[in-house]
Amino acid sequence: MARIDLNHIRHAYGANPKSEKDYALREVHHSFEDGGAYALLGPSGCGKTTLLNIISGLLHPSHGQLLFDGKDVTRLSTQERNIAQVFQFPVIYDTMTVYDNLAFPLRNRGVGEADVDRKVRETLDMIDLASWAKRKARGLTADQKQKISLGRGLVRSDVNAILFDEPLTVIDPHMKWVLRSQLKQLHRRFGYTMIYVTHDQTEALTFAEKVVVMYDGEIVQIGTPAELFERPKHTFVGYFIGSPGMNVMPVAVEGRRAKLGGQVIDLPGTPSAEGNGIELGIRPEFVRLGAKGMPVTVRKVEDIGRHKVVRAILEGREIAVILGEDDHVPAEPRVTFDPAGINLYDKSWRVEMGA
Amino acid sequence: MEKTWNNKAWFMVLPVLVLVAFSAVIPLMTVVNYSVQDTFGGNQFFWAGSEWFEEMLHSDRFWAAMGRNLIFSAIILTIQIPLGIFIALNMPRKGWGVPVCLVLMALPLLIPWNVVGTIWQVFGRIDIGLLGYTLHALGFDYNYVNDPFDAWVTIILMDVWHWTSLVVLLCYAGLVSIPDAFYQAAKIDGASRWAVFRYIQLPKMQRVLLIAVLLRFMDSFMIYTEPFVVTGGGPGNSTTFLSIDLVKMAVGQFDLGPAAAMSIIYFLIVLLLSWVFYTVMTNYDVEK
Repeated sequence: MARIDLNHIRHAYGANPKSEKDYALREVHHSFEDGGAYALLGPSGCGKTTLLNIISGLLHPSHGQLLFDGKDVTRLSTQERNIAQVFQFPVIYDTMTVYDNLAFPLRNRGVGEADVDRKVRETLDMIDLASWAKRKARGLTADQKQKISLGRGLVRSDVNAILFDEPLTVIDPHMKWVLRSQLKQLHRRFGYTMIYVTHDQTEALTFAEKVVVMYDGEIVQIGTPAELFERPKHTFVGYFIGSPGMNVMPVAVEGRRAKLGGQVIDLPGTPSAEGNGIELGIRPEFVRLGAKGMPVTVRKVEDIGRHKVVRAILEGREIAVILGEDDHVPAEPRVTFDPAGINLYDKSWRVEMGA
Repeated sequence: MEKTWNNKAWFMVLPVLVLVAFSAVIPLMTVVNYSVQDTFGGNQFFWAGSEWFEEMLHSDRFWAAMGRNLIFSAIILTIQIPLGIFIALNMPRKGWGVPVCLVLMALPLLIPWNVVGTIWQVFGRIDIGLLGYTLHALGFDYNYVNDPFDAWVTIILMDVWHWTSLVVLLCYAGLVSIPDAFYQAAKIDGASRWAVFRYIQLPKMQRVLLIAVLLRFMDSFMIYTEPFVVTGGGPGNSTTFLSIDLVKMAVGQFDLGPAAAMSIIYFLIVLLLSWVFYTVMTNYDVEK
């Protein structure tokens, strides 16, 4: 296992990138700690897979440096980097048995048959395919095939890191849950450095200790699931994480107060930026619906089981509010913002508020 | 709704039946008809039974031609299949090279058989042909008109030139259908070039290879036009394949009965061998 440092990595697929737009990865400067479980989260096309392929060596970055435990590996091939990677769609060797599929990465590296056998049997138990060892891999279901792909990633214990590129896309929901918790267990037991690419926030938040949110070729925030939820650094993180996403509304800031249309909101501190063009972000979970505060018009109430989502209009803008399952919308609904949940953004980036 | 049960649907297959009847069944039946009768011309026929078949099966001339056919097909397959795979593996997968290679590969396939024969007939001539003249000038004793070995080399070279592209194109189609993830996974797994070929590319090409082998076998086993144009079956009988012999017998000597019997035996052998190839290769697929 290794610590992975990305030193100002930039990548463009075209030969002569002219503007920022030509870069699939604009600038990534970050470290993955040894033994950490990371999720790379972001919408399709944000550069997650590009970054993953740069780490595994399937792509070489246009600019920047990649270090494994302080050693420069930027120009090394995939084999030399000793990385395991699991792809979105199952890749299996059709003509081999399940056993041989798992043994393949070991045998290619000249591991002795006795060790191969021990490792393969261990891995087969891990992915719960021990009884299928002698079967040809061809006739298996998509689930089982993807388990074999996972297994091939896990069978080598000496790898520097294990990378997952949306590995559970083709798996059905129940199995997803099972496999994800197995991966988490494996991580706890063996301390692999794991990087897991996904566009599914639930998957990212349940799997990882640290979530790296990417947007438009850049990392916008790195944090624990709680940090991402409570203190989104960028309005994108606010939208992307949480369901429904964060409410974002333009306000005018004067000292410790923010003006939203005709309403005035007290801020928990004095922001370092002032004036117009500032946005206030608040998650639906921190908006209180009751008889006090700013008047709203309720458009609809969605009951989603554990709680209700109220869609309302505040000062001409849509706002989502989370309401307890047993709470009711009052006759003259008004909202207040919990100061703990108020975030301010200047040009989409979070503004700190002093005391 | 009440369903009507009758056999009217059979009328639907009538057009195909008529077409196949005129294109295959009726001509084949006339051959069967000739094969069991004897004629001395004047449209007079006498019943001959299995006489012609017995004569054919005991004829050295027939078995010699059959032997030449089998050897020819075996050589063609052992050269064209590996060569085709090799070329397909080395063709570019993207960029401007793709259409260029595809057009170059398709060119020989677009040339009519007898033209191919004529090209090589001239190409190999020692007086005016580029190949023959050059070999001679370099001191090789090459002459496909006199030397059976040279005649065979010429015909095999010609067939390889003409038909390897078919194998290439089929294999290439199989190769481009492999998603990039397979190659990436193989890199991650540390697979060697050979392992990538053996465990990713070859299995993916298996189906198209089956078709390639079948087509090339049938086609080479029925070869007629090109050797007929280049060597006319000579020198001696050295390049007289079954089809050439058949035409000599039927059209040259007007031995309709034996020629018809030979046609049928020839046809059954092609059918049998193709069936054996197909069964062996598909079973192999299932067991694996």
